Amino acid sequence: MGISQDEQQSISDLVGQYKALPGALLPLLHAIQKQVGHVPDAAVPIIAKGLNLSRAEVHGVISFYHDFRITPVGRHTVQICRAEACQSMGSRQLEAHAKQALGVDYGETTADGAITLEPVYCLGNCACSPSVRINDDVFARVDAQRFDELVSGLSAEESVAK
Amino acid sequence: MIFYIPQDTTALALGSEAVARALQAVGIEPVRNGSRGLFWLEPLLEVATDQGRIAFGPVAAQDIPSIIDALASDPASHVLYQGEVAEIPFLKSQQRLTYARAGLGDPVCLDNYKSLNGFKGLKKALQMTGQQIVDQVKDSGLRGRGGAAFPAGIKWQTVHDAGKDGCQKYIVCNADEGDSGTFADRLVMEADPYQLIEGMIIAGLAVGADQGYIYLRSEYPLAHKLLNIAIDRAVQANFLGENIQGCGKTFHLEVRLGAGAYICGEETSLLESLEGKRGMVRAKPPLPAIEGLFGMPTVVNNVLTLAAISTILAEGAAAYQNFGMGRSRGTLAIQLAGNIKCGGLIELAFGVTLREVVEDYGQGTYSGRPIRAIQVGGPLGAFLPESQWDTPMDYEAFAAIKAMIGHGGIVVFDDTADMAAQARFAMEFCVVESCGKCTPCRIGSVRGVEVIDRIVANENRDNNVILLHELCDTMEFGSLCAMGGMTPYPVRSALKHFPDDFLSRDAAGAAQGEN
Repeated sequence: MGISQDEQQSISDLVGQYKALPGALLPLLHAIQKQVGHVPDAAVPIIAKGLNLSRAEVHGVISFYHDFRITPVGRHTVQICRAEACQSMGSRQLEAHAKQALGVDYGETTADGAITLEPVYCLGNCACSPSVRINDDVFARVDAQRFDELVSGLSAEESVAK
Repeated sequence: MIFYIPQDTTALALGSEAVARALQAVGIEPVRNGSRGLFWLEPLLEVATDQGRIAFGPVAAQDIPSIIDALASDPASHVLYQGEVAEIPFLKSQQRLTYARAGLGDPVCLDNYKSLNGFKGLKKALQMTGQQIVDQVKDSGLRGRGGAAFPAGIKWQTVHDAGKDGCQKYIVCNADEGDSGTFADRLVMEADPYQLIEGMIIAGLAVGADQGYIYLRSEYPLAHKLLNIAIDRAVQANFLGENIQGCGKTFHLEVRLGAGAYICGEETSLLESLEGKRGMVRAKPPLPAIEGLFGMPTVVNNVLTLAAISTILAEGAAAYQNFGMGRSRGTLAIQLAGNIKCGGLIELAFGVTLREVVEDYGQGTYSGRPIRAIQVGGPLGAFLPESQWDTPMDYEAFAAIKAMIGHGGIVVFDDTADMAAQARFAMEFCVVESCGKCTPCRIGSVRGVEVIDRIVANENRDNNVILLHELCDTMEFGSLCAMGGMTPYPVRSALKHFPDDFLSRDAAGAAQGEN
């Protein structure tokens, strides 16, 4: 997928900013993802050249870590904890509900582009499970009803914004 | 009166921000403290009054007016009144060393930290030689709190002695707390980040390292923010950087974010990741203490290990060593989680039994149903049936029953839990999180899911059970690290202690027939 001139420029700028850092690749990928929303394929050769790595090495790192995405995602990321503590409090039912309510599977984005649903393995909120993370906020004791409230909050916010 | 309302992840997840806003709406600016770790009471509102520091919890925004009214007359009359914080039995009976400061005040306020014995250990360390500091750590009996329980002093001695004089060395803090049911590292970083920073500076002084990294998991955005604020302030106050407190020593510290890979909690994989590579496990030897980050001698310690260093230096090795049993010295940060009524952080000397933790502290399940199984030590820990709950929390006692304390996480399951499904999940998790370097882990886990599915479907059951045991042996003895090596623990324990769960779909399957 192509990227705009602006995006290409900002990726090059970030590469310039990070390349002297020891072990620069992860911080750089995080920075690119924060700026662009994902790490586009077109970024790979720019990063490889800047950090003196092969394109395969850069691709290998991007594909190794769950956090890095190579395609655009929704305006909000909703993560449901799948780990054991949350399972003991019904997260399996919650994830089934979430998939059904949003009409997407893990890794997919709702048709309106609002929400990308992802699994996560532990948010460190295990005494008050099940846990859900929406962008950088964590929510505790989320059941199906609470999930619907949280998610409808996201859509409502957007319709107001529009 | 001073009001305190926590800003830690769990308190926020339960609505503490709304409580803070409700206080501001009536003209009260609360201190945003860290959490005490009494998570079932969060959001826990504390008020410093003439009668001491009293608490209300769990508080919602709409409770604020009635609490304000009660404070003006009789606080104890309020339905959410919990009495004096320090007298709450869950907290009072603990032996808090690492968490002594947690929740007392604003976690990133440097003056608050200093007023509560902060940097006392560092001040002593600055007067000592590296070897003297290493000796203190050895004498304390401190063992790595990440899970492997390796003696910290021996690791430090190796790094101290490694390399030529003046060679680059590193202190790496493993803050990739990925085990389900654990939040002890997060609580240190969110409630008392300077303690970790202090421990890392002392580690640097001990082994001759001038650069430290905190490898923090990306699932902890709040800890990331607070650590960066704390590091900035520590630099400004000259506790970090060059010529620390005028003593001529240098230590730089940086937080690096992981990217959602459980395996990066394994120390060699973590080092690869810090170097900007795929988090592939390295074969050992060479040990990271000899050839670690960028090939240089490196101390890799868990957050709790490094945090404990501040206490050990401040109070002396003997004081720390006095806690505990057998070869497990000091205190253990027990994290009580899952289906539990009163979940939270319990810091106690080693030796308390699992039953005491879940029954006395935890008060049973959240659902009110009987406890069926307890998983200790994260996703690689065994599921323990009731017959094993009297095991004392001690590294050796747990190893003797083929279980592990690990990082101290306890996840409770009630009697609705399907242990065959949990065994399958253990394999599934290994499929998702294996780094892929060694075959037993990468492929064994995939085959493990398939074999469990066949057992549950009653397909050639007896032979498949034998096959599963053999597969578990192969993974345990043939894997490069604990990921593949210990995934069999939850699987085998589920199979051994809860065999009926692997049969339970028999009847259902037969009845459903073609469905």
